[in-house]
Amino acid sequence: MSVTQVLKDTEKLTMTMVAEYDVTAERAWQLWDDPRQLERWWGPPVYPATFVDHDLRPGARVTYFMTGPNGDQPRGFWDVLEVEAPRRLVVQDGFADETWTPIDVMPSNRMVLDIADREGGGVVMTVTSSFPSVEAMEKLLAMGMEEGMTLAMGQIDAILAA
Amino acid sequence: MVVDQRGDAEVDRLFHALADTTRRDIVRRAITGEHSVSELARHYPISLTAVQKHVGVLEEAGLVMKRRHGREQRVVAQHDALRRAQRLLDELEVLWRGRLDRMGALLDEDSAGGTT
Repeated sequence: MSVTQVLKDTEKLTMTMVAEYDVTAERAWQLWDDPRQLERWWGPPVYPATFVDHDLRPGARVTYFMTGPNGDQPRGFWDVLEVEAPRRLVVQDGFADETWTPIDVMPSNRMVLDIADREGGGVVMTVTSSFPSVEAMEKLLAMGMEEGMTLAMGQIDAILAA
Repeated sequence: MVVDQRGDAEVDRLFHALADTTRRDIVRRAITGEHSVSELARHYPISLTAVQKHVGVLEEAGLVMKRRHGREQRVVAQHDALRRAQRLLDELEVLWRGRLDRMGALLDEDSAGGTT
């Protein structure tokens, strides 16, 4: 199991998740920096993500779409705010319409990635997601996520049971 | 029966919290909207400090919570705000657990497949 710690703050609407991997910070950074690798983990198996524009530089907009089991393709984007390769990335995550125009600014979630060296080798990856309101959170989780998540959860259970 | 004892203490706190007219009224108002303590205090012939104390008792009983709104703290019924946030954070956890596990699987391929 990769995840070592989960902290949830219902008042600040923040979740922090910590995972550890036996790789260098540079290798862990590639998971985010290389769109082809990012595609392999961002969306659950039944809701794979395809990254269209991907450039991790402050001010850049990363765009992606997901493909659902019914052919639906919700579009999303990240507005890149801070980049310190291979240690830190801060983006504002939101959804877009067919013309890649952000669907109102409200349901946007700030995501902070930190990659630190672990004593004795390997890295500690910390991802913090925070939301401006319960409504924003509800919207993000409702958009193309739920169905995929339920299925992905089933798959995880199957792997664990094997 | 540790579980039952804890349950009893919770029920005691709940009944104590609700055994007061002012506190019941605060809960009623907190269910229908968000109010600052000073707004609430206007409805009762008691001091602001007394109202704050009542809110504290209700908070301990898990009936209301304080939510920061700009510079002021607002009193809201807990059932809605907190439970909803809790459920959503649980969903978010499942989502990110999946992502972080998939990252792990991807990294494992490096050593297994020798692609690097």
